[in-house]
Amino acid sequence: MTLMQEMTQRALERGIPLSAHFDITYRCNERCVHCYLDHDDHGEMTTAEIKSVLDQLADAGVFFLTFSGGEVFLRRDFLELVAYARRLLFNVKVKTNAAMIREPEARRLRDLGIENIQISVYSHRPEVHDAITKLPGSLNRTIKAIRFLKSQGLRVTIANVLMKWNLHDHTGVHALAEELGAIYALDPTITPKIDGDTSILDLRIPGEELGRVFRIEKLVGNVEEFCAPPPPPGADELDSYPCSAGHTLAYISPYGDVYPCVQFPLPSGNVRKQKFIDIWQHSPELNEVRTITARDLPVCSTCSHVGTCTRCPGLAYMEGNMRGPSTADCEKSFQRTGIPSANMLRRAGQAPAVPLIQIRPMTEQSMNAELLPS
Amino acid sequence: MNRNRSIMATKYIARSSDIAARMIGGEMMIMSPIDSTFFTLNEVATVIWQAADGKTPLSEIIDDKICPIFDVSSDQAKEDSESFVEELSKHGILLVSDQPIESSSRQEPAR
Repeated sequence: MTLMQEMTQRALERGIPLSAHFDITYRCNERCVHCYLDHDDHGEMTTAEIKSVLDQLADAGVFFLTFSGGEVFLRRDFLELVAYARRLLFNVKVKTNAAMIREPEARRLRDLGIENIQISVYSHRPEVHDAITKLPGSLNRTIKAIRFLKSQGLRVTIANVLMKWNLHDHTGVHALAEELGAIYALDPTITPKIDGDTSILDLRIPGEELGRVFRIEKLVGNVEEFCAPPPPPGADELDSYPCSAGHTLAYISPYGDVYPCVQFPLPSGNVRKQKFIDIWQHSPELNEVRTITARDLPVCSTCSHVGTCTRCPGLAYMEGNMRGPSTADCEKSFQRTGIPSANMLRRAGQAPAVPLIQIRPMTEQSMNAELLPS
Repeated sequence: MNRNRSIMATKYIARSSDIAARMIGGEMMIMSPIDSTFFTLNEVATVIWQAADGKTPLSEIIDDKICPIFDVSSDQAKEDSESFVEELSKHGILLVSDQPIESSSRQEPAR
C-alpha cells in the first residue's frame, strides 16, 4: 500500500473529505457542444463567501482542492481565491480552457505553487476543436496558453474528451500533448446535463469505436491485461464502495450546493445555509450514499464485472437509481472485455431490441434457435 | 556539550511556502513542491515542523518542545532531527540556513 493509499484509507475510516471539487462559476466563454452546464449566473457566491468556504474545507481536512467551472478566469477574483487557498496550504489543481491565460497569469500561477492545470483540447485541428467549443480561434489561444504555462515550469494535463465529432483525433491530440510537454488524458465519457437533460448523450462515441480505443497500447498500456476478462469477484469487491464520491470527495457548486461529486448531482445541503462540516457529517443524502456497497446493488452485484467495472454511481443516479447500473460503464466493461454486463443481459431479456446492446446473449434458448433448421 | 549541540546551535529551519499540508487523523500530511512526493510526519516530527518558524534555532526547538514532552534524550533527538531536516530540505519542504530566515519565504502552520 502506498502512502497515498494509506492516507486515503485513513480519511475514509475517519470520515474526512480529503478532496473537494469547487466550481466557482458556471459562466463560460466557450459553448462546448457536450457541456453539461447551464452557463447563466444564478447568483454565484461572493469572494468573501468562497473564502469562508475554503476556511471550512481546510478545517474539515481537505488536502486536494480543484477549482473548476465554467471558466474560472471569468471570475475577476480567481487568482485572489487561488492565493487564499494556497495560504491555507491546499494542494490546488485548476481546470480551465486556458483561453484567457497569458504570460502574467501563467507566472502568477507558478508563483502560487499550483500542482497541475488541466486544459480541455478536443482536436489538434482548429476546425474541429473550434466547432466543438463554438469559439473561433480557441485552439490557437489554448495552445499559446499551454506554452506560457510550460515556460513557467508548470505541470499541464491535456484532457481529451472523446465524442462523435472528434472521434479520430485522439492520436493527433496525443502527439500535440507530447510536443507541448503536457500529460495526455483521454476521457470517453459524455454525461447528461446537470439538470437531467440527456440530449447530449447522442454525442457519445459508438460502442465498437470505444472497443478500438481500448486496444490502443499507447493509451491503455498492456492491452491484454487491460482487456482481460474480469476475475471472479471476492468478498472484498462486494463489500467495497463504488468510488470516493461522498466518502472522501465533496463537490461544491458556485451557488453553494454540496453534492457527492460533480457527476453525482444529489443535493445534499448548501453552504449558504449550513456549515460545510455539518452537511458533510449529517446530510441524510451523503449518509445514504455512504451505506451503499457493491453488494447492495441489485443488478451489479450479480455481474461478472462487479470487481473491475468503472461504474459511476452519479451516472447511475442520473439514469434514475443510484443503486442501479450506469449503462455507459456497462458499455465500457463490455467493449473492454467482450463480456456483456448483467444489466445488458437483463435488458436484452426484457426487450431484445434495446439499441445500446448490439449483441445477442448466448442463452440456452437462443443456442437452440440457432440449431433449428430454417 | 557534544558535537550535535555545537552544530545545531546555528541551524534555523522554516516551512516552505510552496508546500501543501494538512493534519489528517492526527498525522501531518505534506506534499513536496519539487517532486510531488508525499510525506507524513509522526507526532514528534509534526512538532518540529510546526515550530519551524525560521527564527528559532533547531537546537532550541529540540530542547524546549521535544525533550520535555517526549521521552527522548536531547542527544538522541538532535541526532534524529538532523536526518529529518536533511530529508525534508532535500524535497523543498523545509528551508535550512545558518541565519534566521525571512518571513516572505516561510509559511504559517497548517490546520
